[in-house]
Amino acid sequence: MDYLIRFVQMHESFRQAETDAIADLEGLQMQWLHYSADAPFAIIRFTGPTGETTSAARTLIARSILATSIHELWGTGPDYPTLHTSIRALTSAQWPAYQHTSFRFTIDSYHSSRPLASQHTLIESFAYMSFTGPIAMRNPANHFTVFEESRLDAPTPHRLYFGRLVGASGRKQALVKYNLKKRTYIATTSMDAELSLVTANLAQAAAGKLIYDPFMGTGSFPLACAHFGATVFGSDLDGRSIRGQGARSVKANFEQYATASNYLGGFVADLTNTPLRHTRTLDGIICDPPYGVREGLKVLGSTRVALKEVVYLSDGTPAHLGANYIPPKKGYRFERMLDDVLSFAAEGLVEGGRLCMWMPVAGAGEEAEYEIPRHPALRLVSECTQDFNKWSRRLLTYARCADGEVDADALLAYRARRSVLSEAEIGPEVKTTANNLNAFRKRYFEGFRERSAESRCD
Amino acid sequence: MKLLTLNFLTCARKTCKSLPAAFPLHPREAELEQVETDMNAALIKNILPRLEWDAMKTVTTELGLPNLPAETPAPEDLATADGEPSQTLKDLHVLLMDTAVVSGKLVCGNCGHEYAVKEGIANFLLPSHMV
Ligand SMILES: [Zn+2]
Repeated sequence: MDYLIRFVQMHESFRQAETDAIADLEGLQMQWLHYSADAPFAIIRFTGPTGETTSAARTLIARSILATSIHELWGTGPDYPTLHTSIRALTSAQWPAYQHTSFRFTIDSYHSSRPLASQHTLIESFAYMSFTGPIAMRNPANHFTVFEESRLDAPTPHRLYFGRLVGASGRKQALVKYNLKKRTYIATTSMDAELSLVTANLAQAAAGKLIYDPFMGTGSFPLACAHFGATVFGSDLDGRSIRGQGARSVKANFEQYATASNYLGGFVADLTNTPLRHTRTLDGIICDPPYGVREGLKVLGSTRVALKEVVYLSDGTPAHLGANYIPPKKGYRFERMLDDVLSFAAEGLVEGGRLCMWMPVAGAGEEAEYEIPRHPALRLVSECTQDFNKWSRRLLTYARCADGEVDADALLAYRARRSVLSEAEIGPEVKTTANNLNAFRKRYFEGFRERSAESRCD
Repeated sequence: MKLLTLNFLTCARKTCKSLPAAFPLHPREAELEQVETDMNAALIKNILPRLEWDAMKTVTTELGLPNLPAETPAPEDLATADGEPSQTLKDLHVLLMDTAVVSGKLVCGNCGHEYAVKEGIANFLLPSHMV
């Protein structure tokens, strides 16, 4: 039997990616029979060897954030006569099994609504299934739904489905629980509950896994990953954001959600000088790097020559040993940061481990111009878009390839170009203007694109 | 920061980063706390093969904690015959997940740089001349 997934009609480009990530995590093989970004109803089929699809459907839906429920698909058609014919053909043999159980019928109309009287008439038209059990509005043994899909302002629906509910997602409870308005500690940049949880799904956060956020802020992503049972830790360039103030801190957030057991802790660090060892220990990396929209990108270091030596205070002690020492920071370019994140992920993720990285893009929809950052050891899994007025942001999800799948030459070429790029940027002898950096960047990306076409490990 | 984290951290200086002498960082004047957390057998099982066992032993010895077994415990040592958490697993859990450094210093064995830990948060920011 096929299944209907009831999505929410928002964040459309994230919906399939989220479902695919959950299916992959749970080892479920499925295919999309029908999907449209314009409607909340999608049809899937499980294609794996296991016959027990009801439990597969429940597993698939349980942790979904962008889907609310999954239903056995009992029939479909462009109009009611066709729908009824379809239901008879597909399910008449099963009707007796439902004859005496409690049941309920509802109508789920997208882009239209029906007056109550018309709903009753519609439900009456399904009487041929002759269910004689009690009607139960609360907790019925079987809940049947008529799904009507209409185009905006169309007089009648153009697609109809009939289904039996088999499972609901934890969307509602999770969104209430993680609502930022009720969170102990947040900042203006905290990612909202819904997209944090979706990101955690794309990262395949789950019990037993270790997930790291190098730009943790107030902890939105680690909190979402811990919700799905993962063990998490994070760092931030700004220690104040981890420490918070008084009873409001990242740690207090984990305590609020009773996931403190899953939180290893946070530390103050900079991704370009990370204290994390070069070793493959992470199951997931999840981040929304600070792109300097507010204050410009900063990393440790200084372009001022005087600051390349130890600075001594008037009393002769080195300034950096002082309790209140604040290291100087220098400008840091957007592309360099993306590269740093990808390189870090390639070195730190276990095989199959996932990187979920948010990035802002100028322009929205089809008009947005940007290049997807690539790394020879990372396979792009999905690209999701959240559109705003004049800009958009993308959630890019990558999986770490097996070492055997990585093209060694492409990797060497990538590293060589990367070191040339960083020399050009940090070498004191090279005067870098924004223009020559951009030209360089262009060649850099173009050169890499040709290479990456042959080296992609998918 | 929970002790497990120390197995992932080394000196942040580029000149130390890949040197064996820089890892593990040595806790000094460390104040520890122990907070009981939910048993997470799946995590320990998953993470155990990724740990540098010798570094674990060094850190536990330096902190004056009970000695660890000489070798990384095998996966079958983590559960008893009836599938319950073994004493080995419980001990590992207490060490890695229940024990945390609240304050003190983490010192690089190569360059001697000291990273401060305050309120459980280590600071790895480097002054300019070390970047
Ligand atoms: Zn060092």
